[in-house]
Amino acid sequence: MRLRRLELIDIRSYDRVVVTFGPGVTVLVGPNAQGKTNLLEAIHRAATGSSHRVSGDGPLVRAGSDHGVVRCELLGDDGRRRTLELEVGVGRRTRTKVDGQQVRRAADAVGALRVALFAPEDIAIVRGDPGERRRFLDDLLTQRRPAFGAARAEYDRALRQRNQLLKRARGLPADARAAAAATIDVWTEQLVTHGTQLIAARIAAVRALSGPVDRFYRELADRPEPVSIRYQASAGRDLGVPDVTEDPSLVPDPAPIADAFRAALAEAAEDEFARGLTLVGPHRDDLELTIGALPAKGYASHGEVWSLALALKLATVQVLAEVGDRPVVLLDDVFAELDTTRRDRLALACAGFEQVLVTAAVEADVPLEGARIEVAQADGLTRLRPREGAAGAA
Amino acid sequence: MYEGAVQDLIDELGRLPGVGPKSAQRIAFHLMQADTADASRLAEAITQVKATVRFCQRCWNISEAEECRICRDPRRDEAVVCVVEEARDVVAIERTREYRGRYHVLGGAISPIDGVGPDELHVKELLGRLDDEPVEELILATNPNVEGEATASYLSRLVTPLGVRVTRLASGLPVGGDLDYADEVTLGRAFLGRRELGV
Ligand SMILES: [Zn+2]
Repeated sequence: MRLRRLELIDIRSYDRVVVTFGPGVTVLVGPNAQGKTNLLEAIHRAATGSSHRVSGDGPLVRAGSDHGVVRCELLGDDGRRRTLELEVGVGRRTRTKVDGQQVRRAADAVGALRVALFAPEDIAIVRGDPGERRRFLDDLLTQRRPAFGAARAEYDRALRQRNQLLKRARGLPADARAAAAATIDVWTEQLVTHGTQLIAARIAAVRALSGPVDRFYRELADRPEPVSIRYQASAGRDLGVPDVTEDPSLVPDPAPIADAFRAALAEAAEDEFARGLTLVGPHRDDLELTIGALPAKGYASHGEVWSLALALKLATVQVLAEVGDRPVVLLDDVFAELDTTRRDRLALACAGFEQVLVTAAVEADVPLEGARIEVAQADGLTRLRPREGAAGAA
Repeated sequence: MYEGAVQDLIDELGRLPGVGPKSAQRIAFHLMQADTADASRLAEAITQVKATVRFCQRCWNISEAEECRICRDPRRDEAVVCVVEEARDVVAIERTREYRGRYHVLGGAISPIDGVGPDELHVKELLGRLDDEPVEELILATNPNVEGEATASYLSRLVTPLGVRVTRLASGLPVGGDLDYADEVTLGRAFLGRRELGV
């Protein structure tokens, strides 16, 4: 799909700007802190329902204003035109409209605009906490099928309820505990039901990503070592379903996952009552990334970490495109972080994408043909100036 | 902001479920322009409902007498009891005209976050009815969300050993106002079958 036109009113450093984008590459060039990232952030927020930089939408509104608007005109792969509009207010819920119709929840608009964002923070997928890797998988799954977001919300709800029960029963003597946790079994059942869906969907994502990640890594890295990604469930190393399958589109059988999950919870029961917390489940799972024979976290060099993070992101573009529209690729200040060889390899990988929006402080860092828009601030407000023959702004 | 009484009315209306600030304003202005008689009738209806309506002592549905209209109706099948969360769910199911049994209103769903356990619901009263009445089947029609499912599952474990047949209303049926949510839950489950979905 393509983002044809973007309008920002009172968003971050923009008072009002309208910009049109063509197919292929558009590079937004300008010194740092002028508003390039703000623009990609607004697009990413409109697409996914959450900002990659902040939680809550308040900070998106330009200082001194009480609300802002992000309006996107989209062109689907099938030629269908749609609009996606966000009205963001300070201290109130964001209103989202698709084709002029207000949606009841932000989640209902997810999928209208599909993006794959690469930013310097993405190296946290390789180097950071397990939470970063879970979010990477869940963001992909939610964009791939918005129903995953609903399943995820149900799991989180069941988890909160169960944790509340465990917290209340914590430290009580056995008989009082039995009364306080009279409904623990039904919450365990809810946790297993919804958690199994999450685990199965994540393993399905790992299966689909496996091949593309390995291939992209070999294209990007100096030493083309094999890369493997494995789902590491807190419910046990062996869930009875393989991470890699001959047919990567095969969805894992939920039955053995549910059995393993249930058994792990039973084993952890005493610990859970002692700590007042659910200790097993997809909220504590991880993704194991291996380069050659070594775990990427802790062993990989800076260049290898970058290559792997990029390979993971490039693979998501491919996996997303398997179902529905091809995503718009957003590269936020990524080229500056790479050496010349890797820049060229990333550029090569980007050549096949439908639409790519790139930000860069130094134009020479980006070895990509395409439109150029200059980004600069005057009096604290960002102005966009397209180069001759490039995309137009007003 | 408006003056005194007008703002008070807008504020009160705005506290009603499903009424946002804009709707509250619109209703308030509508009422100000309405006939005095019309406005009084509305005020009277609200006062009356608080003064006369109570809960059925058998099924905890809304009632104007000791027992509600449905519990008093001898044509309703005593052998089947449909368990719902709220009285509005009774209205929703009645509207389908498909159901001829009786009801039991729990008064909510199990939710530890909200401090609601089985003791806060009309669960004991339900067990009492199973003792006193010739109930053969219990239809669990709690909402198709996490709390509703947990409540249904709790009741099922409790009641099945008593020899009562327990059934669950299929997700996706219009229970209360949660139809949209039901659609999503169904979708959520369908996610697993990405092959079946025609990917
Ligand atoms: Zn009654």
